[in-house]
Amino acid sequence: MSNSIKNILLAGVGGQGILLASEILSEVLMLAGHDVKKSEIHGMAQRGGSVTSHVRYGARVYSPIIPEGKADILFGFEQLETFRYLPMLRPGGRVLVNDLKILPPSVALGKEPYPQDIPAKIAGRFPETKVVHGMDLALEAGNPRTVNTVLIGALSRLMDIEEGVWLQAIRNMVPERFLDENLKAFELGRNA
Amino acid sequence: MKKAILSGNEAFARGAHEAGVRLASAYPGTPSTEILENVIKYPEIDASWATNEKVSLEVAIGASFGGARALVTTKHVGVNVMADPLFTLSYTGVRGGLVIVVADDPEMHSSQNEQDSRNYAKFAKVPMFEPADSQEALDFTRLAFEASEKFDTPVFIRSTTRISHSKSIVELGEPVQGLPEPRLERDPGKLVMLPANARKRHPMVEQRLRDMAEWSATQGFNRVEEGSGEIGIITAGVAYQYAREVFPEASVLKLGLVHPLPKGLIRDFAARFKTVYVIEELDPFLEEQIRAMGIEVLGKDKLPICGELTPGRIEASLLGAKAELPLHSGEVIPNRPPNMCPGCPHRGVFLGLNRLKAYVTGDIGCYTLGFLPPLSAMDTCVCMGASIGNATGISRVLPPEERSKVVAVIGDSTFLHSGITGLMDMVYNKSAATVIILDNRITAMTGRQENPTSGFTLAGSEAYEVDLEQICRAVGVKHVQVIDPYEIDKTRELIRSEMARPEVSVIITRRPCMLIKRDVVEIKPPLYVDEDKCTACKACLKLGCPAIEWQDREGAKGKCHVNKHLCVGCGVCEQVCKFGAFGVCHVE
Ligand code: SF4
Ligand code: SF4
Repeated sequence: MSNSIKNILLAGVGGQGILLASEILSEVLMLAGHDVKKSEIHGMAQRGGSVTSHVRYGARVYSPIIPEGKADILFGFEQLETFRYLPMLRPGGRVLVNDLKILPPSVALGKEPYPQDIPAKIAGRFPETKVVHGMDLALEAGNPRTVNTVLIGALSRLMDIEEGVWLQAIRNMVPERFLDENLKAFELGRNA
Repeated sequence: MKKAILSGNEAFARGAHEAGVRLASAYPGTPSTEILENVIKYPEIDASWATNEKVSLEVAIGASFGGARALVTTKHVGVNVMADPLFTLSYTGVRGGLVIVVADDPEMHSSQNEQDSRNYAKFAKVPMFEPADSQEALDFTRLAFEASEKFDTPVFIRSTTRISHSKSIVELGEPVQGLPEPRLERDPGKLVMLPANARKRHPMVEQRLRDMAEWSATQGFNRVEEGSGEIGIITAGVAYQYAREVFPEASVLKLGLVHPLPKGLIRDFAARFKTVYVIEELDPFLEEQIRAMGIEVLGKDKLPICGELTPGRIEASLLGAKAELPLHSGEVIPNRPPNMCPGCPHRGVFLGLNRLKAYVTGDIGCYTLGFLPPLSAMDTCVCMGASIGNATGISRVLPPEERSKVVAVIGDSTFLHSGITGLMDMVYNKSAATVIILDNRITAMTGRQENPTSGFTLAGSEAYEVDLEQICRAVGVKHVQVIDPYEIDKTRELIRSEMARPEVSVIITRRPCMLIKRDVVEIKPPLYVDEDKCTACKACLKLGCPAIEWQDREGAKGKCHVNKHLCVGCGVCEQVCKFGAFGVCHVE
C-alpha cells in the first residue's frame, strides 16, 4: 500500500458533530493542495450510535476507507469511542482524545462498567497521546458548541499544515455570526 | 476549472443540474436521501418528495413522456416498490432522458437487506452505470442522460453507501444547452403497453442492449489501466478503488457500464493474464456472466458475498494476508447501538407496549429502535408498510385468546408510503388487530424529510396537510383516536382498551419529532433526581432514555442520575417514577 497516503480516523458518538469536523478537516487538506477522500455512515448510526469518519489524503487517494491498522492519527471525540477504534491505528500512531465520557446504553442501565482510566491506557500503548479538555476550553471560548473547533485546533498541532490554511477553512465553513468564538476556540485548542 | 469537494450524493445532484434535468422525484431512503436534498438547491429543477418509490418513478415517467429530462433516486429496496412501472418503462422507452440513481447498502448500515441492484438492471433489461468516486458520479449522471435519449431507454446508475457518503474532489462543468423544450407529442404505439404494442417493443429492447454493449466497448468509461505482472483485475464501482489500493501494480479493466457488458473487451483483456480476479461487492454479477463466456476467473470462491468489501478483506481473501490487529486491548468494550433521542415521542408508546406484553408487528423508521432493550417491544419488521398486513395475517391464524395481543406500529410517513392499502384490507377482511400510527409529523429516520402529513414540501413551501384520522375513517375504521404520547399512562390505557376491542381500531400518537428543523421543538430545563427520594427501583431506566444513567455507589445503593447535557425536560421519566413526587423532579 502506498506510503504517501496519510490517514486520520475520527471517532465519537452520533450527534457530536463529527461529520462537520471531518468536513472542515477535508477542506483544510484540499486547500493545502492534497487529494482528499473522506467516508462515513449516515442514517441509523447517527441516533446516538458509534460513529466514525475516515479522512485520507496524499498525492492520489484510491480507497475512501482506511485499512485496518493503518491510521496515522486517531482523533477521538469521546473516551470509549477512541478506545474502541485503537486497533485501526498503525504502530506508533498518534491519538488525540477529548476527555468526555458519554455512557452507552448498557452502562447507563448499570449492566456493564464504563472502562476506567481510558486516556492512561491509551497513552500506555501509544506514547504520543494527547488529552484535550474540549468542553472546558469551549466554555472559555464562550460557547460549549465550539468544542469541535477546540479539538480541531489541537489536531492542527499534530499536522504539518500552516495555521493560515486552518483559519481559512474555518472562515469558509463557519457562519459569520459564529466566526469569532470559533476562531478563539481554535486558538485555545491549538495552544492546549 | 472550478473544483469542489463533494459527496457522491452531492455529485449526482450536480450532475443532474449540468445534464439539464427538469424534474426530480424520490422517497427518502438512506443512503440516497441527500441527492434530492441537493437537487432542490438548483432552482431550475422541479424536485419533490413522492409518497413512495413507485409514485416517484411514475411521476418521472410522466415528465419524460412530456419531453423533459427526469431523475429518480432511491435506496436499493425502493426498487422493489417501483419494479412494476420499471419493467414496462423498459419497453416503452423514454422521450426526455430518464435516469434512476439507486444506492445499495452493502453491510446494511441502514437497511433490512443487502440486495444487489445490478440484478435489476439485468432483470428489467435496463442499462446500468456504476461510478467509483464523486467525479464519476457527476460525469456518469450526464452520460446516463445522453445514453437514455440516444438508446431510448431508462438508465440506472448504481451507487453504494461508500460512493454516496464519501467525499472526493470534483471538477465542475457547465450545464448543457439547447435541450428541446417539453411539449405534448402523442405516440400511443410506443407508450400504450397493450399486448399488441408490447410484443413489438420487446425485440427492440433486446436489440437496444446489443447496440449498447457494442457502443460501450469503445467508450472511455470502460477502460484498461495497464500495469505489470501476471494478474489482471476486472472490477467496477468502489471495489475498483479497493482493488487499486491492494494491487497497485496489476492491470485493471475498470467497467463504468456494468450492464450490458462489453464482452469483446473483457475477452481480450482476460486472454492476456494467467490469473484474472473479478473484484465486486455483493453478488457475483460480473463473475457469472464472465464465466458464462467460458473465461476462468477467481472471484466469490474467495471474496465474501456478504457485507462490504474493504482493502483489508480483499487482501485477506485473495492474498491470504492476515489482518494484523496487534494493538487490540483485549478489554471488553461496551457496544454503542443507536437509540431514540432524549424526548423522543415514541419512547412512552413502546414502554406501554412492553408492559402490555403486546405482540408488535413493526415497520421501518426511528421507531424500529423500539426493538432494542430495555424497551424490547417489537416482534417483527419486514419492509415499508408491512406491519399492518403482518398484523392482519397473524391475528387471522391465532386462537381467539391470543388475537388481541397483536398490535401494528407504523410511522406517519410509512403509513402513507404503503400502509393505507394494508389498513383497507384489514377492515375489509374483518381483522381485529390494533394499529398505532406513530405520528411525529416528519420522516425522521432518514434525516427529517417533509411528507404529506407535515404540511410542507421538499422546497419548503406550504402544502395540504393530510388528515390521517379521515383516511382511517374513509377506509372503514370505526374507532380512530388521537393521543399525546407524552401522557404515558393515558396512552397505555388507550392501547389496552383498543387491544381488547374485537374490531379494527387505530390509535394515532401525535407529537413532533425532537429534531424537526423547521419547527424547532422547545427544549425545557433538564430534570434531576432527588437522591433522597430515589429508591433505586430502576423503573425510569426501563425507558432507555439516553439522559438517564445508573450510578453505582460504594457501600450504598446505587442511584439514577440525569445527564443535564442530554436531558430535554420532556417529563416522561417523571411519570414513570412510582414514588410520585419522589424520583425525578424539575430543577427550580
Ligand atoms: S429523530 Fe425524532 S423520531 Fe427519531 S428518535 Fe429522534 S425524536 Fe424520535
Ligand atoms: S425528562 Fe426524563 S425522559 Fe425526558 S429527556 Fe429528560 S431524562 Fe429523558
